[in-house]
Amino acid sequence: MNPRLLPYVLILPVTLFLCLFFLYPFVLVAQQAFSNGSGFTMSNFRDVTEHWKFPISLKNTFLLALAVVPIQLALSLLMATMVTKMKKGRDLILYVWTIPLGISDLAAGIIWLAIFEQSGFLNSMMGGLGLIDSPTNFLSYTSPVMVFVAIMLAEIWRATAIMLVILVAGIGLIPKEYYEAGEVFGATPWQRFLKITLPMLRPSLQTALVLRVILAFEVFAVVQALGGTLFPVLMGETYAYQFELLNGGAAAAIALIILAISITFTLIIMRALRVPKGATI
Amino acid sequence: MAVIEIKNVAKRFGEYQALHDINLTIADQEFMVLLGASGCGKSTLLRIICGLETATEGEIWIGGKRVDHLAPKDRGISMVFQNYAVFPHLTVFENIGFGLRMQKMSNDDVKRRVERTAGLMHIEQLLTRYSGELSGGQRQRVAVARALAMEPDVILMDEPLSNLDALLRMEMRAELKGVLAESNTTAIYVTHDQVEAMSMADRISVMHEGKIVQAASPIEVYRNPAAEFVAGFIGNPPMNFLEATPQGGGKFSVAGHSFDGPSAANSNLQFAIRPEDMTLAENGFPAVAKVVEPLGAHLLVTCELDGKLFRAILDSEMQVKPGETLKLAPVKDRIRWFDPETTLAVA
Ligand SMILES: Nc1ncnc2c1ncn2[C@@H]1O[C@H](COP(=O)(O)OP(=O)(O)OP(=O)(O)O)[C@@H](O)[C@H]1O
Ligand SMILES: [Mg+2]
Repeated sequence: MNPRLLPYVLILPVTLFLCLFFLYPFVLVAQQAFSNGSGFTMSNFRDVTEHWKFPISLKNTFLLALAVVPIQLALSLLMATMVTKMKKGRDLILYVWTIPLGISDLAAGIIWLAIFEQSGFLNSMMGGLGLIDSPTNFLSYTSPVMVFVAIMLAEIWRATAIMLVILVAGIGLIPKEYYEAGEVFGATPWQRFLKITLPMLRPSLQTALVLRVILAFEVFAVVQALGGTLFPVLMGETYAYQFELLNGGAAAAIALIILAISITFTLIIMRALRVPKGATI
Repeated sequence: MAVIEIKNVAKRFGEYQALHDINLTIADQEFMVLLGASGCGKSTLLRIICGLETATEGEIWIGGKRVDHLAPKDRGISMVFQNYAVFPHLTVFENIGFGLRMQKMSNDDVKRRVERTAGLMHIEQLLTRYSGELSGGQRQRVAVARALAMEPDVILMDEPLSNLDALLRMEMRAELKGVLAESNTTAIYVTHDQVEAMSMADRISVMHEGKIVQAASPIEVYRNPAAEFVAGFIGNPPMNFLEATPQGGGKFSVAGHSFDGPSAANSNLQFAIRPEDMTLAENGFPAVAKVVEPLGAHLLVTCELDGKLFRAILDSEMQVKPGETLKLAPVKDRIRWFDPETTLAVA
């Protein structure tokens, strides 16, 4: 076998698999989004974008991503730096921190619902401490900020670890000598973080951010569990169109809009964090 | 410009003692080479001097100031790392200017300094490149330029040339020595390559198992090794050793021949001689040639003498065949003696 062809032959099965189970359904979805039974149309897109809930759910999705991702980035960087400095117990801590990763997002939403609902842990704890007289409903339409905060907390709790593991692996790849050089040439610990860790972590930051941002635009179950209809997001709208309004064309259109947003942000992140040619380790 | 004093420095890693009671003074603007086999503690000592490692015991003084409690940046030193540690995400310019930027030096001054040091190391044309676009030799130059740009009192180098090929190493050796002499810095240079050590050093400190065995000029280390280890380590091939038994009156019997030895000694000694200090003579030791290696400039003959292997370097014109018996005589004033008990030289 021609050795230049071999890699292509080897990835052929996976490629076929992807084509069959991803590309083909994708084409079907696109077809559904752009047709009304008789031919090409943009009416599905017009319908969903002109609906009064669309701007709200778009705004909510972005707001949530904007609130959650930077916090997660900062938190995962901080945690990754701490874990890297540890000599003992580092694996144990990593396992504990990554437990939420193993829980489905709906389950995560339900866990946090159990904390915040009227008969939940938070209420009974605050009642027990005498901080409140009677249980309050934190997650009601009268306290939208509280709903948002609860969703934020749940999302941060659930999905920071995915960034953490990527960053821990990335930091582990940076040779120790660079830090020693930094130290000898007068960089303070903070400067070493800014001038050495961050730039050399760019490839990992790229991966972590892309993954996390895509997940943020797809947020659904956690929001559904905690906010219900109080906090509409794009993915929730897709669900509603498909299963409540039985409008497959509109659901497909929103799904494509989410895809377009994800791709745009992926490209922006890749571009912003790209490593110049020749500047790799 | 600074004198470096290392006083009673010891270093333990848990149970393992990497350095034992090191005492060494390095003069202002001296080029000191730490030479020793792999694992003898050279890097550890260097890292203690620069502050990346703390000594278990002892003190480090630089320029008359005790520095063991100071951070590396406050010791007036800079360093060239073994794997260069040239930052891959910065251009050559920013790499050389890294330390200056950390000192918050103005842009103009950084530019001036970087350009001048880059000029010294002949890498002006590379300033906009990233390290991934440089050859090993060029990266090496960047690492040296980055250290020089700090205008340090002391420059520390940990096997800076070990990753280069032989030819480039020879070229860089001379160049590095020249640039450092110009810059008036005190230099400590770690290597396990004795040719590098001999050719660059003002003084060599030979290290062995965490101790400094001898600190002296290259020629002194070569001619008058202070211990058997040095005699067997320096020189390629190293010194030959033969058993010597005292005959009284300062005379010693070596392989059936009598030589004048240290008059005070009357126990068994080791007789040592460099291979190139052997000549052919009628009254020499009878030695059976085993392996004959023509090395171009001369002929290296490995013989058997007194039941041991013995090397001699002879004129390349000589015709010697394996199995032939040679008569080899040592040059009298090049003979050295070592005490097998202490392994130290005796005079
Ligand atoms: N951080 C450490 N922990 C434990 N032991 C160490 C540590 N650093 C060095 N050592 C040990 O100390 C000894 C000296 O190490 P060092 O790196 O100074 O050797 P070296 O002379 O520089 O060798 P080389 O020429 O191979 O670089 C070695 O036996 C090494 O295993
Ligand atoms: Mg070393």
